[in-house]
Amino acid sequence: MQVATGKSILNGIAIGPLRIYKKTEIQTCQNSTLTPAEEWERFDAARRKAQEQLAGLYDKALDEVGEENAAIFEIHQMMLDDDDYLDAVKAIIDTQNTTAEYAVTTTGDNFSATFAAMEDEYMRARAADVKDISRRVADILTGQQDAGMDGGRPAILVADDLTPSETVQLDKSKLLGFITRHGSSNSHTAILARTMNIPALIGVDFDDSWDGRLAVLDGYNHCVYIDPAQELLATMEEKRKSDLKQESLLQNLKKKPNITLDGKEIKVYANIGNASDVGLVLQNDAQGIGLFRSEFIYLESENYPTEDQQFALYKRVVETMAGKKVIIRTLDIGADKQAAYFNLDKEENPALGYRAIRICLTRKEVFKQQLRAILRASAFGTVSIMFPMIISVREVRDAKEILAECTAELQAQGTAIGKVEVGIMIETPAAVMLADELAQEVDFFSLGTNDLTQYTLAIDRQNPKLDNFYDPHHPAVLRMIRHTVEAGHRHGCWVGICGELGADLTLTETFLRMGLDELSVSPSAVLPLRKLIRSLDLSSAPTT
Amino acid sequence: MKQFTYTITDPVGIHARPAGLLVKAAKALDSAITIEKAGGKSAPATKLMALMGLGVKSGDTVTVTAEGGSEEASLAAMERFFQENL
Repeated sequence: MQVATGKSILNGIAIGPLRIYKKTEIQTCQNSTLTPAEEWERFDAARRKAQEQLAGLYDKALDEVGEENAAIFEIHQMMLDDDDYLDAVKAIIDTQNTTAEYAVTTTGDNFSATFAAMEDEYMRARAADVKDISRRVADILTGQQDAGMDGGRPAILVADDLTPSETVQLDKSKLLGFITRHGSSNSHTAILARTMNIPALIGVDFDDSWDGRLAVLDGYNHCVYIDPAQELLATMEEKRKSDLKQESLLQNLKKKPNITLDGKEIKVYANIGNASDVGLVLQNDAQGIGLFRSEFIYLESENYPTEDQQFALYKRVVETMAGKKVIIRTLDIGADKQAAYFNLDKEENPALGYRAIRICLTRKEVFKQQLRAILRASAFGTVSIMFPMIISVREVRDAKEILAECTAELQAQGTAIGKVEVGIMIETPAAVMLADELAQEVDFFSLGTNDLTQYTLAIDRQNPKLDNFYDPHHPAVLRMIRHTVEAGHRHGCWVGICGELGADLTLTETFLRMGLDELSVSPSAVLPLRKLIRSLDLSSAPTT
Repeated sequence: MKQFTYTITDPVGIHARPAGLLVKAAKALDSAITIEKAGGKSAPATKLMALMGLGVKSGDTVTVTAEGGSEEASLAAMERFFQENL
């Protein structure tokens, strides 16, 4: 058994024979027998054909990997329209009397060398994009078709490098995974592989003797085993099977409504704690983001993040979700989540202390910065704002007043703002008791069952000695949830759960019977939950 | 000739996608728009590769110039574009 390491771009496992893919060298004649004007005609026709192909690839990618990731093919089309690029091709044809394919290949190499020499890693990765479009046009001109990529049995593809268009064009049924020598985790190829759920390793030093040998690509451990030992092979097969189960679940459920056998519908959203988790939300086909924990922006910075920095992040998430709902919870810092620059005092009882909305309402400038950033992002999709740790009607009114102030300021500046729903977390017994009054103030409730359970049972979940006393299904908690749903509905408020209890499959039926409108769970829990919902029949007697 | 300066807040700078959007936006205007990076390198906002070649990163300051046509309106459109996308 031989082991080689690289950098994994997707946590996944692929098992199968390796196939080394070598790009056919383009045979280009340098000297043309045609006039420069005729060569330019040929180039222009090939360029238009390439544009058509790229438009097709864009549609394919849009369907498979979403708008943000498909955008690269739009960029490719624009690159093929770039004046400097076209001028360079024309100059070579005109002054050296070359063939169009020679001119476009040379131009591609020159532009790509410029990008490759840049200091910024992201821009260096663009060198591959320029080569990709030039190669596309040259292939059309020479009538080349890349065979070899999809031929034969399913295999793990091994190549020096793969372009984004090669990645999208690959026949997924024959591609188990891929390994490249070059490329960066920043490249569009890497991003596409991640979104298409293809295990891949980059930066692997391979040799030609690998061709045809059995291998295990272990994306979890950043390595590939060639001629794996029996025992390892068996373990990896198991792991692969459990991954596949998840994948097939996805295929069966994709785009299907979350509706019980007797027709009761419930929304299933995902919780995220970082802007980079959006990929997982889309991969698992969640209908929206039910809880976007905005704290990470604060916890990852050395100082208060500016309004513009926050806006850029929110906007990215909102745009990627393309119109699906994104519920952003405002700053929930304090207790176990500390950022030094907030200069919070050490407290005896942090869980009962100065945290979340309590900080926001007393440090109004910090709060306003975040609200303005969220409001500005709302122009780019569907955004809701949710306030945490509410215990009184007055807090909700105060928070809404500050929000109205921000809205008025932005509108006065002529900044576009979308329609924003306002909701609160129900995570204190006080909020449950006041649910009727609170429901008249907001559009929705989201039950934070982790804190609600802790505050209701007076049990610190961090303390292992209390495990015997801790019951996540405690009737007191379940009654609190029921009360909240009923009170919310009395006043036209929709009610969801964004705590861990939402993913507890033994309670799903109970929640549906209570009339919850939404469950928001971690991305990996979305599919099992949706599968269960679609198998339940509430018209028969309760099973619990 | 009119101009404004802007400091990039997008974490990756003027990368492929915003550069593409910028080209589209600039082509729609009747003024010639130039982007100049602090330090001297500049590119017309209608040229994608040249723009990307500037290598403008987060935190960099750029000067945006509009020349010819309705300069004021063009510059206002550019300012809005930068605030929303970069």
